[in-house]
Amino acid sequence: MPRRSDIHKILIIGSGPIVIGQACEFDYSGTQACKALIEEGYEVILINSNPATIMTDPDTANRTYIEPVTPEILTKIVKRERPDAVLPTMGGQTALNTAVNVAKTGLFDKLGVEMIGASIDVIQKAEDRAMFKDAMNRINLNVPKSGIARNMSQARETAENIGYPLIIRASFTLGGAGSGVAYNREEMEDIASSGLDASMISEIIMEESLIGWKEYELEVMRDFADNVVIICSIENFDPMGVHTGESITVAPAQTLSDREYQTMRDAAIAIIREIGVETGGSNIQFAIHPDTGDMAIIEMNPRVSRSSALASKATGFPIAKIAAKLALGYTLDEIKNDITRETYASFEPAIDYCVVKVPRWTFEKFPGTVDSLTTSMKSVGETMAIGRTFKEALQKAVRSLEIGRFGLGSIANNGTGVHPSLHEIEEKLINPNSNRLYYIYEALKQGMCVERIYELSHIDRWFLFHIRQIHELEKRLRELVLKNGVNGLDADLLRKAKEYGFSDQQLAVFFKTKEQDIRDVRQANKIEPVYKLVDTCAAEFEAYTPYYYSTYEQENEMRVSNNKKVMILGGGPNRIGQGIEFDYCCVHASFALKEMGIESIMVNSNPETVSTDYDISDKLYFEPLTREDVLNIVDQEKPEGIIVQFGGQTPLNISSALAEAGVKILGTSPDSIDRAEDRERFQGLLKKIGVLQPKNGIAKNHDEAIRVADKIGYPVVVRPSFVLGGRAMEIVYDQSGLEFYIREAVEVSPGKPILIDKFLEHAIEIDVDAISDGRDTIIGGIMEHIEEAGIHSGDSACVLPPISLSPKLIEEIKAHTRALARELNVVGLMNIQYAVRNRVLYVLEVNPRASRTIPFVSKATSVPLAKLATKVIMGMSLKELGFTKEVVPAYVSCKESVFPFARFPGVDTILGPEMKSTGEVMGIDSDFGLAFAKSQIAAGQSLPFSGAVFVSVKDEDKMPLLETIFNLYDIGFRILATRGTSDYLLEHGISNIAVNKVREGRPHIVDMIKNGEVDMVINTTDNKKAVSESISIRRTALTFNIPYTTTLAGAKATVQAIKSMIKGTLEVKTIQEYHTS
Amino acid sequence: MKAILALEDGTLFRGYSFTGRCETTGEVVFNTSMSGYQEILTDPSYCGQIVNMTYPLIGNYGVNNEDIESDRIQVKALIVKEYQEFPSNRRSQRSLADYLKASDIPGIEGIDTRALARHIRLQGAMKAALSTIDTDPDSLVEKAKHSADMAGRDLVGKVSCREPMLWRDGRATRLEQGLERFRWPDNPGSFRVAAIDFGVKLNILRSLDKRGCTILILPANVDSETINRLEPHGLFLSNGPGDPAPVTYAVECIRQQIGIRPIFGICLGHQLISLALGGKTFKLKFGHRGANQPVKDLATGKVEITSQNHGFCVDMESLKNQDIELSHINLNDNTVEGLVHKKLPLFSVQYHPEASPGPHDAKYLFDRFIDMMKTYHY
Repeated sequence: MPRRSDIHKILIIGSGPIVIGQACEFDYSGTQACKALIEEGYEVILINSNPATIMTDPDTANRTYIEPVTPEILTKIVKRERPDAVLPTMGGQTALNTAVNVAKTGLFDKLGVEMIGASIDVIQKAEDRAMFKDAMNRINLNVPKSGIARNMSQARETAENIGYPLIIRASFTLGGAGSGVAYNREEMEDIASSGLDASMISEIIMEESLIGWKEYELEVMRDFADNVVIICSIENFDPMGVHTGESITVAPAQTLSDREYQTMRDAAIAIIREIGVETGGSNIQFAIHPDTGDMAIIEMNPRVSRSSALASKATGFPIAKIAAKLALGYTLDEIKNDITRETYASFEPAIDYCVVKVPRWTFEKFPGTVDSLTTSMKSVGETMAIGRTFKEALQKAVRSLEIGRFGLGSIANNGTGVHPSLHEIEEKLINPNSNRLYYIYEALKQGMCVERIYELSHIDRWFLFHIRQIHELEKRLRELVLKNGVNGLDADLLRKAKEYGFSDQQLAVFFKTKEQDIRDVRQANKIEPVYKLVDTCAAEFEAYTPYYYSTYEQENEMRVSNNKKVMILGGGPNRIGQGIEFDYCCVHASFALKEMGIESIMVNSNPETVSTDYDISDKLYFEPLTREDVLNIVDQEKPEGIIVQFGGQTPLNISSALAEAGVKILGTSPDSIDRAEDRERFQGLLKKIGVLQPKNGIAKNHDEAIRVADKIGYPVVVRPSFVLGGRAMEIVYDQSGLEFYIREAVEVSPGKPILIDKFLEHAIEIDVDAISDGRDTIIGGIMEHIEEAGIHSGDSACVLPPISLSPKLIEEIKAHTRALARELNVVGLMNIQYAVRNRVLYVLEVNPRASRTIPFVSKATSVPLAKLATKVIMGMSLKELGFTKEVVPAYVSCKESVFPFARFPGVDTILGPEMKSTGEVMGIDSDFGLAFAKSQIAAGQSLPFSGAVFVSVKDEDKMPLLETIFNLYDIGFRILATRGTSDYLLEHGISNIAVNKVREGRPHIVDMIKNGEVDMVINTTDNKKAVSESISIRRTALTFNIPYTTTLAGAKATVQAIKSMIKGTLEVKTIQEYHTS
Repeated sequence: MKAILALEDGTLFRGYSFTGRCETTGEVVFNTSMSGYQEILTDPSYCGQIVNMTYPLIGNYGVNNEDIESDRIQVKALIVKEYQEFPSNRRSQRSLADYLKASDIPGIEGIDTRALARHIRLQGAMKAALSTIDTDPDSLVEKAKHSADMAGRDLVGKVSCREPMLWRDGRATRLEQGLERFRWPDNPGSFRVAAIDFGVKLNILRSLDKRGCTILILPANVDSETINRLEPHGLFLSNGPGDPAPVTYAVECIRQQIGIRPIFGICLGHQLISLALGGKTFKLKFGHRGANQPVKDLATGKVEITSQNHGFCVDMESLKNQDIELSHINLNDNTVEGLVHKKLPLFSVQYHPEASPGPHDAKYLFDRFIDMMKTYHY
């Protein structure tokens, strides 16, 4: 069938901010979809609130709404744009839900808008548990037995029907609170009653436990002509019981015979037909009993998903792009395979390598949460590695994680050097956790057999055998060291170690030598990696797309050109503090090189990203971002230089090592980077150009810390040196606080000093992004933070242009910025954080690299900063590029951060100097109130227009907040307040209702939130005691999705937003319109 | 144990034997299936060939007594990147290495199987010698050169059954009183199918059995009169190894059978039908071997993902003047995948609807054969 000619204008819905479970894979899919539709001549309208995406670049879609992805806003856009069709399958669950909600209002029917890719019926059939179960029964497939209970007698009855063990989940709770596995009646009674209690609607779901079953996924595609193909099979290393997003996964499936695989394939085809997904991709999850072979269908996603992004990268088959084309009416046999050029999309990719994905967690950021992996996803990113064997891919994946491990086994027990006890190992094997892989290795080290590990973990023996092989080789290598040191490393064994994926760094640890020594021995023996192509077809056809991975084998397929070329290092796996923003910059660098006619070589290990799409750069190396792996590529490609300033901390961490090895670092030099990072050098630099910095010092032990803090004066900000995203950073107000910090939070030693800075209370924080060509420095954007200094810049909201800074101060900021750029010899991007207190400007931090805010600033100002920076790095001047003046927009852009607190039960939602947000949204409008309101709505806070506001603030905030509370009162809100606040407000003429704190007796404030009597919460606290007393208020507000703010400035801005929204209505406008206005 | 694989063009690959001392020759071909190695090993169509699996990890799920396509391993040798010595699957009964060793079939690992596949793609399928004993590359290259050619060689005789067999209770059983006195078992409503065994895969027989056919398996050299005397409702022509051209006796038999009763041919059977109709076949550069080959049914426009294993192909031009219609094509290279006679009850496919290993998309063809017998006989 040719493409549909009855539709012309298509609206694509994006996934909004990066959250756990919905990350940059949807920028990848959305960008592919936009490109595919535009290529086909359709007019593409896009809605996405996430500015850090490539899809929201003004030239990706025809008309781009950086607006909240909510039913209300979507309705406005549909009414304004009148598209012929809506494509809801590219933006994850957010897009699907938003589309369904709008469809249910009848708007699409009324306006004749068609949902393509998946109809509302299909979506409901796939997502509604009961409907899905019925559908599976009709095609003779099993789903786990389940039932719903609303009281204990129903629970008992349901439990008898299902049998034990069974999983109990409380409905409508966050992060798996009130859930558990019951192995017997007694446990069921316990868990069910606490689950009913925890559930907002007193309801629990009880389900047959498939814990320990093997888990598989198939990526399926179907076209209008009912052709169905399987793109990829995925086997989970972790058995059922661990969310697939939390599991280490492997492609293709490893332990299924063809007969078993085909049974699964048949089931997948039957499912996609029965559910009725007419076109596009779906992900189907299966569970297989390891002993009986029984198969159960876990779920189906009728849309592109995280797994489809992984499958696309794992096979070279661009699922989202093809899905978009299928939605237009094409059939699979009409779409060319880009990679082979001569064959079509109607086939099933054949893989001739092994792919391993490992998630990356950040439990350390959320003290109080248990490191346990469950059916609720907590990981914030993932990495993928490709090797010719499972062992090689697994070890590459581990070193891609950037968690200080260079493979399996090189460090004992998380770097503490102490081997865990057998008891600890057993416990960690039984209860899935983020370090399970390393505990398996430790178990093998301590002589535990595969069978025992299997019994404890239910991880398939096949995987365990391979890990055992890795361990056995390590043992052999270590024995060799004992015998004759590094000289005993014979070429055959070294080659074998490399084939097993051992990194030079790991081998260096075994041989107690330096990484470079291993590299020297290796090169002397001509043991160098070869590069093979990901080609979708296992070499059956010629592949044209240069998508490579390394391995140690005979034939090298690398095609090195004589072009001028530059390598870009990506950001690796997403983590808090380093995510999509950096990928955005890397992609722009690649675009810029293309525009300049320079060959671009991308190196990255993150399968979710746009940068690892094979058609973004001229060459793609899907490789770990370590010194060794990067140098290996450099050795063969011999690029003119490497760009390290766009991939966040990851490339910077290895930039000096690369420079030492003779690689040319393009742009700002590693020495300049060091000058900005090294405490003492930085101080000298600031002194030289006469810029102030908060008083600070460094302490190598407890006593020194106390002395330094005394000298500086409390409060102080303390943190370990060399950390990312404010890791373990805290504000302490007195000596006891400091002592507590040193005792509980961070080890202080001469090797690991802590940094102590004067904390500037009530200061305004300012972020500046600038670009310099070595001569001129132009401001990209000045952002004023909403929250006061002390809240991590990645967590606070900000506004561009600034709203409260005087022109004089802005001039001062610009002058400082230029001076710093000049002094540091910046070539490319730089980011500076300033604080203003009592009209005095301080510099907090200088980063001579791309910052997290670059995409936001670019969207706000229409200046493609990362592209310009790339061209500057390549030697062009800003004058030549025509960027000679800062662009200060006439409209207002707000950035708001999005937090994963809901995923971590019991964790406080209070903000501080340690970054906790996973993503961001942008709100644009004509004034601050509206722009901020949009950013709040986009971040998931539905601001109230009326009702009751609960206010409980610390003493020093009472006075400054008075006007804000009065505003609320004036608008007509009822004010609820705790005693102290209540009295204060009354004294100042604001009548209010006093309510109980939790410890003051019932009904208290938490009861009222639960009963729906509160519409917004304003809660600021100071000391630890008050914080711990009020945590239940904040958690309950979070659970019930009631807007809350924990800062003075946040409260002010929120009330301003409410006022603006009451005054006028929210209008939608495209970014293209803003940019040309 | 170190092993060398030498191709006739002088290219060498070095690896290790995981089955002990060995030396053999054969034509090296590659298969891109990611699972199904046991079915591939036992597929008689691989007779005379050394199979290079492009999926690097082979042996993962062991071997069992069910996933077989004939009563023995048919390949000359198996080449893999990394042999999996610790299989994990509930149905596994022994390791792949033990299975190969029991039949004295070499298994070689540590080969850059992708490089070998690429080489074959670029240079074409070629003869090879592999050995752990003779470590002199020149000598091995000579052995490769002097080994038997695939083209022009009749391999059917090597794999066909020696005597007629009746498919009963899921396996081929000897006739109690010989073909002369054979009487079809009394199965009301069942179609009697005479299946000529050029190296038939068991799953073809299972597939016909599942659809209620009573199957008499006949040796490849059976003549037309014998078939007529048996009065089957339909004639099935199986897959088999190598070049169809020298299998002249079968071509003759088929020529006489065309039009008498419904005929369905698979793979070699399909090629032999084409020869019987006066057509020609040619050798593909490196063949189609895998489980992901897209085939388009020209009648319905639908695409099926198929299992394939063939080195020769029918030349459609050579059948131009016949009442033959092209029914299926391969979407990768547009080669002939299926034929149907415009007037007579005859159709055939180049690929494997019985799958095993591979997708089940094409199993409707067996139903089509049943329908054809129904139409013809009622």
